[in-house]
Amino acid sequence: MSVVAVEHASDLAAFYEVVVVGAGPAGMSAATLLAAEGLSVLVLDENPAPGGQIYRSITYNAAARQGYLGEAYWQGAPIAAAFLQSSLTYAPRCRAWSLDGASIADNEPYARVGVSLGGVARHVQAAKVILATGALERPMPVPGWTLPGVMSAGAAQIALKTSGLVPTGRVVLAGCGPLLYQLAVQLHDAGANIVALLDTSPGLRSAWRYLPAFVFSPYMFKGVALLTKARRKLRVIGGVSQLEINGEDRATGVSLRIGRTEQTLTADLVLLHQGVIPDTALANCAGCALEWNEAIRAFEPQTDARGRSSLPDVYIAGDGAGIAGALASSEAGRAVALAVLGALVSPQDDKIEKRRLSSLHRCAQLRRGRRFIDAAYLPAPQFLAPPDDQTLVCRCEEVTAGTLRDVARRGLTGPNQLKVFTRCGMGPCQGRLCGPTVVELLADLMNTRPADVGTYRLRPPIKPLRLSEIAALPHDDTETHAVTGLWPDSSAPLTFSNIERETLNDR
Amino acid sequence: MFRRLAPISDPLSFKFEGLALSAEKGESVALALLASGIESCRDSVVHGRPRGPYCLMGACFECLVVIDGVASRQGCQVEVRQGMVITRQSGARSMSGATQS
Repeated sequence: MSVVAVEHASDLAAFYEVVVVGAGPAGMSAATLLAAEGLSVLVLDENPAPGGQIYRSITYNAAARQGYLGEAYWQGAPIAAAFLQSSLTYAPRCRAWSLDGASIADNEPYARVGVSLGGVARHVQAAKVILATGALERPMPVPGWTLPGVMSAGAAQIALKTSGLVPTGRVVLAGCGPLLYQLAVQLHDAGANIVALLDTSPGLRSAWRYLPAFVFSPYMFKGVALLTKARRKLRVIGGVSQLEINGEDRATGVSLRIGRTEQTLTADLVLLHQGVIPDTALANCAGCALEWNEAIRAFEPQTDARGRSSLPDVYIAGDGAGIAGALASSEAGRAVALAVLGALVSPQDDKIEKRRLSSLHRCAQLRRGRRFIDAAYLPAPQFLAPPDDQTLVCRCEEVTAGTLRDVARRGLTGPNQLKVFTRCGMGPCQGRLCGPTVVELLADLMNTRPADVGTYRLRPPIKPLRLSEIAALPHDDTETHAVTGLWPDSSAPLTFSNIERETLNDR
Repeated sequence: MFRRLAPISDPLSFKFEGLALSAEKGESVALALLASGIESCRDSVVHGRPRGPYCLMGACFECLVVIDGVASRQGCQVEVRQGMVITRQSGARSMSGATQS
């Protein structure tokens, strides 16, 4: 048995019992379990191969050749192998650009997912949808972060995993979080010249409260081993409270401040990281309720104990529901899949429920100690909302922190109005790289909690679609009239000049 | 800026701004550019400042390029193909000159 990989939108069925969005640890595990139970499953994923970001290119790499990727990475190999042997439909290189829950009022008995595959857009229906969209890196807006020669830490890891690319020249890593240390060790082992790892974490603060659970957790050994290795091999500079990237047309180095001393380092590549946060774009555009999680300082979709969002047919698993890590996400994928199986097949089945509870138990074990990591690596306030007014917050539309503060001081209802006033978040990334900063900046300025500020309301398409793809979607006469002002069966043919005349008449 | 740990095993050739470059079959346009020493692939829409791939996972849209005449393609999401002609994306997107598909 193996997956059926589809390359063209026309090869998809109109309906699947379950559509899983994302083929990272949570998505692969959820889909594998449901396919084994005999359900019709479609998995949509943007990458050409399964693994998500954490296990990216896992089916191409081998420990013998890419030993530098480290032990934690290879744990993804059996998960991907089981997935590829499943009896399900797998759509790699596919974009999910919209999601609507079932609606009796609109005569839509099933959830609808907008997909773009092989250059063609269409909708597929699903009885249940599992969002396993994973995480994004939290933006780290510092002066100069838009210069070529500056990338996110995750990007350097993707270059290493997918193409075996190692930075040449002097590399500086800056920020905080476990991934930063993991990447530093990986790059060093692969032969990169790491000049320094600049740690911006503000210290343990309240994290000590969660220390006991951490000490007896699976994270403990891994974490301490990683930190020891990093400190032995690399120059780790802690207590960095201010960072600026120097350079005119590309990065040439960094200036940093530790306490009262300032220092400059030359660098050819600067890699930034401030931890990861859930990617909520698809849940957000579907209208799933989001809630603020202070522990990771990010919005995440509201989910119940069964992984169900505020929409009854949309479930969320893995880092997209709240940051848990790869192995816990894989287990969470199974737990959510069992909840979906129960709901679809036999709600009263004790066996399924028992399996689900033991999966949840394993998940809780894998997550033990997480609170300590979250608290220990919470970014310092100056890296959440840039104090310097010249710093670009919106990379797409080039809006500075100063402009945002100026506009916000005149009075605002929230991030959506700020977007309208300043174009911040209106570029092609749709706020993925500025949204978290805008929330922090407004909360700081208004002296309120991010939960009260709220975040951008996203509208489909949440991934770029060509106009020709939208135009080719099935549409009825009412929709044609709404766009062109003409009825298809009227005496005036649907020519460009007639459409232009009608739309002008409308105004 | 980046070097390959292993030489290209299944090569293909493509062009960026008229420059003939080679890449590994199956890799993304953004990675093929980075591996060829190209670190800036577009000019920003407001101030025309040079920008290059930033996240490599489809989120940031910094690696937008013009591929075979089609603008606003995400370099990190498109696999490089034999004979591809890639140019910088400069300034704001425009409807004029858009190609039909």
